[in-house]
Amino acid sequence: MSDSVSVLPDHPPVTDWVHDFDHTDPRWTENPFPIWDELRAECPVVHTKRFLGCYLPTTYQAVKQIAYDTEHFSSRRVIVRDIRPEQTASAPPITSDPPEHKPAKQLLLPPFTPDAMKKLEPRVRAICNELIDQFIADGKCDAAARYTKHIPVRAIAHMLGIPEKDGELFIKWIHEILELGIKDDATLMRAVHEMTEYFAGHIEHRKKHPTEDLISTLMNARDKNGQPLSDTHVLGSLRLLLIAGIDTTWSGIGASLWHLAKTPADRDRLIAEPELMPSAIEEFLRAYSPVTMAREVMKETVISGCPIKPGNMVLLSFPAANRDPAMFADADKVVIDRKENRHAAFGLGIHRCVGSNLARMEMTVATEEWLKRIPDFRLDPAGQVTWSEGTVRGPRQLPMLFGKPS
Amino acid sequence: MSKSPRLKIHVDQEKCQGHARCKSLAPELFELDEFGNAHEIGDGSVPKGLEDKAWLAQANCPEIAIEVTEE
Repeated sequence: MSDSVSVLPDHPPVTDWVHDFDHTDPRWTENPFPIWDELRAECPVVHTKRFLGCYLPTTYQAVKQIAYDTEHFSSRRVIVRDIRPEQTASAPPITSDPPEHKPAKQLLLPPFTPDAMKKLEPRVRAICNELIDQFIADGKCDAAARYTKHIPVRAIAHMLGIPEKDGELFIKWIHEILELGIKDDATLMRAVHEMTEYFAGHIEHRKKHPTEDLISTLMNARDKNGQPLSDTHVLGSLRLLLIAGIDTTWSGIGASLWHLAKTPADRDRLIAEPELMPSAIEEFLRAYSPVTMAREVMKETVISGCPIKPGNMVLLSFPAANRDPAMFADADKVVIDRKENRHAAFGLGIHRCVGSNLARMEMTVATEEWLKRIPDFRLDPAGQVTWSEGTVRGPRQLPMLFGKPS
Repeated sequence: MSKSPRLKIHVDQEKCQGHARCKSLAPELFELDEFGNAHEIGDGSVPKGLEDKAWLAQANCPEIAIEVTEE
């Protein structure tokens, strides 16, 4: 588990998942599915005293009800951590509630429509092939370190109009904010500060030298009163695009390749029937949903019969909802031609992921290009697959061998 | 074989959040606006032969925003 924080004294190993769950426990990180099944069988919403008090809904119904309920549940904090500082760095619209949410979101939607993604697709295809060129001759690679990790950073850098080579910096900040930051506030604050300084520089530069990229689009946007957005708003949204758009899709691509590496029948079928790619990608999104969001309870309420009290956070587990057998037939099986799939991998309600079309395009292109160049591959038994800790789940080490087993 | 009923589709704009699953599954029946939210094409009448696609789109909308009615 080289890429995760060791469990601190205040995170003793979990012995009672129903009353004392902990989403940073190594067993959750490694394989959360049986834990969610156990909790779902017990109660639709469970609670832990850890993280200053936090609920976890595990049924589709409970997750959906909370996602739709912006009156009792606020988005102002979207990460469940050991501490809950009064001041948090906002990242509109993901940290916005109504009525501020809608105008902030509408500014971001046009650059992320499926048509806009079609224009970006050739660059992403080229990025995938540039990456594969670097390791294909080796006959093996760590697909997380050499491939899946780099595709989303380079794509979003391309959209933002910043150098693709700065991707390494982004990867560092995201690790510090989303993984180390759960338990280490100083590291999180430093990373947010560095990221803010970085983007502030790009904003200043564009004030004198306007560009055609997404940063300029945000700078040129006007609110409903015809006023430009404040630099703080622009910086917050840029932080969001970077944080939300990178390790999420890195995880989605990685989980897809992980599944295909260990399931040759699905791999062969996808190669023989490429028209199944869209339903396969939706199924990977359902079965291996990377993203768990969070809400803060603002008012007392009842969800699926469970009393919910203010002062607590909610771990809004779209991944657990997507494994609910009451919602999905054969919920624990990966069915690449699943016909009905109302999965909630990109959330439900007003906070539907603004980058969902980008993520789908990247997952599709990354899987297609890999299968074209490397149709035969398998997990390297000499290596170890490791998974990220926290609320974005995906492979962080993914050792692969290419070619048919000899 | 009995004559199949004519279908009509409608996307509820209060519910649609722009997941765009319908557009991906049935591009003949749905279009997206500048924000990526879906609308039925024309008056929502489903041309003969596209009935299955209408039902498929409805069955995959995460927000249950698509109504399919038989005329």
